[in-house]
Amino acid sequence: MIIRNLRSIIAGSVVFAAGTVPAFAQDAVPDKGDTAFMMLATILVLLMIIPGLALFYGGLMRAKNMLSVLMQCTMIAAVVMIIWVTYGYSFAFGGSTSAFFGGFGKLFLVGVTADSTAATFTDGVVIPEFVFICFQMTFAAITPALIVGAFAERVKFSAVMLFTVLWVTAVYFPVAHMVWDGAGLIFNMGALDFAGGTVVHINAGVAGFVGCIMIGKRNGYGRDMLAPHSMTLTLVGAAMLWVGWFGFNAGSNLEANGGAGLAMINTFTATAGAIVGWSAVEAITRGKASMLGAASGMIAGLVAVTPAAGSVGPVGAIVLGLIASVICYYFVSVVKIRFGYDDSADVFGIHGIGGIVGAVGTGIFTSGSLGGIGDAEFSIVAQTWIQIQAVLITIVWCGVGSVILFKVTDLIVGLRPSKEDEQMGLDLASHGEAAYHS
Amino acid sequence: MKFISAIIKPHKLDEVREALTTLGVHGLTATEVKGYGRQKGHTEIYRGAEYLVSFLPKIKIEVAVSSETADAVIEAITNAARTGQIGDGKIFVFALEQAVRIRTGETDQDAL
Repeated sequence: MIIRNLRSIIAGSVVFAAGTVPAFAQDAVPDKGDTAFMMLATILVLLMIIPGLALFYGGLMRAKNMLSVLMQCTMIAAVVMIIWVTYGYSFAFGGSTSAFFGGFGKLFLVGVTADSTAATFTDGVVIPEFVFICFQMTFAAITPALIVGAFAERVKFSAVMLFTVLWVTAVYFPVAHMVWDGAGLIFNMGALDFAGGTVVHINAGVAGFVGCIMIGKRNGYGRDMLAPHSMTLTLVGAAMLWVGWFGFNAGSNLEANGGAGLAMINTFTATAGAIVGWSAVEAITRGKASMLGAASGMIAGLVAVTPAAGSVGPVGAIVLGLIASVICYYFVSVVKIRFGYDDSADVFGIHGIGGIVGAVGTGIFTSGSLGGIGDAEFSIVAQTWIQIQAVLITIVWCGVGSVILFKVTDLIVGLRPSKEDEQMGLDLASHGEAAYHS
Repeated sequence: MKFISAIIKPHKLDEVREALTTLGVHGLTATEVKGYGRQKGHTEIYRGAEYLVSFLPKIKIEVAVSSETADAVIEAITNAARTGQIGDGKIFVFALEQAVRIRTGETDQDAL
């Protein structure tokens, strides 16, 4: 592929070429600056999950379901962390030569010690493998937490947890392997996905879409007042997501250098463009720019720049953010209403659609003529076609997998709580506690 | 004795309290309430989902006064709470049969 010479082809993750850590990695000593940077980036991604995402989603729900959302995000993070070290890391990055599966080579992190290293984008530069494992762990943990926003307020806690275990196993780990591992199918197609537009956002958006349709609408959808209970907490959460996203995007560079700086500035500019874009559309179409609109634009821009952060230019990122927020606005305020699916927190409308716009846009804005890092040989048409293929593979894998896994979950524990429990609110029904006492 | 219950706009509470204090009314009860009258509600839109909010926040104040001062109190509340816009509220007046001050056991006029 013509983009072989782009450093970002290495797409945001370790290069376990042909199934093993390159020989030099055994000898190289991690740089202390890189190591410290990656440890901080990892903690920032944790901040995105709790409390960032939890508050962002929780504020969008009614007060009687606040704790259920906070609890689902917290518990998903904890369970996926345990799964990640037992078999998830191995399934994604275990060193097999399969295009779909990382293998059993690193079950229980066997063989990994404090001296083990993982490769970065630069020959001879490594980071401690434990730090790499932790960084990737937070990505695996946030993705199923993103999904639950689509069917919040009407799902059994047991169903969420069972689905999470099944889904990370059958969908997330294989897709992460396909996109980020040196042996992976999508990686070897030459697709650019710097920080996880396909793996995290399209994956979560599609699974959320499947879930909100299979679980069905909330009782009272279209009739009752289902308005957010705390826009304040939603902005607090969204802002924490933005802050944490610097760990997500800049950290995906794996080294504290100019590449991380590029990802950082793009994470500023794309998001700023998207906030302005969403608010402008609202101001024009309905006469008022809403705070929720600004927060939604913020997330849409962050999602869109995720795959692009390491390869587009700061001004291209603004345009990418603007385009993404306008398209996402159309999906959450027109398409969703017209087709009547109840995506409670617009996981599909913002993460799914924003992820697709970002993935395709990466093929366009990486071009050197548009300020990206693509060189003279870079072809927008060829790269965009690769990006579209990567998106389609992710949508099909995740869509089919999610349909099956929601069905399996429904058969084993049931997806929906009783109507009485839903009316009482999941805080009391599922957890026996209330978020607020007046 | 009269028992006066008035529904007013929330931001008018302090003006009403001052007006009643000037009249020598020594106590009142204020409650945050929701309701609607001719003002109806307003529409809120969250990402394209429109909700008609028909119950609007108001303050209900309740005050017990002697029959002689009732008219002056009603007039004071009316003047203090009026903005001239729809949604200024309403005043309801009831005959009050009995009043007791719990601490001393004083009754009726002495208890006000």
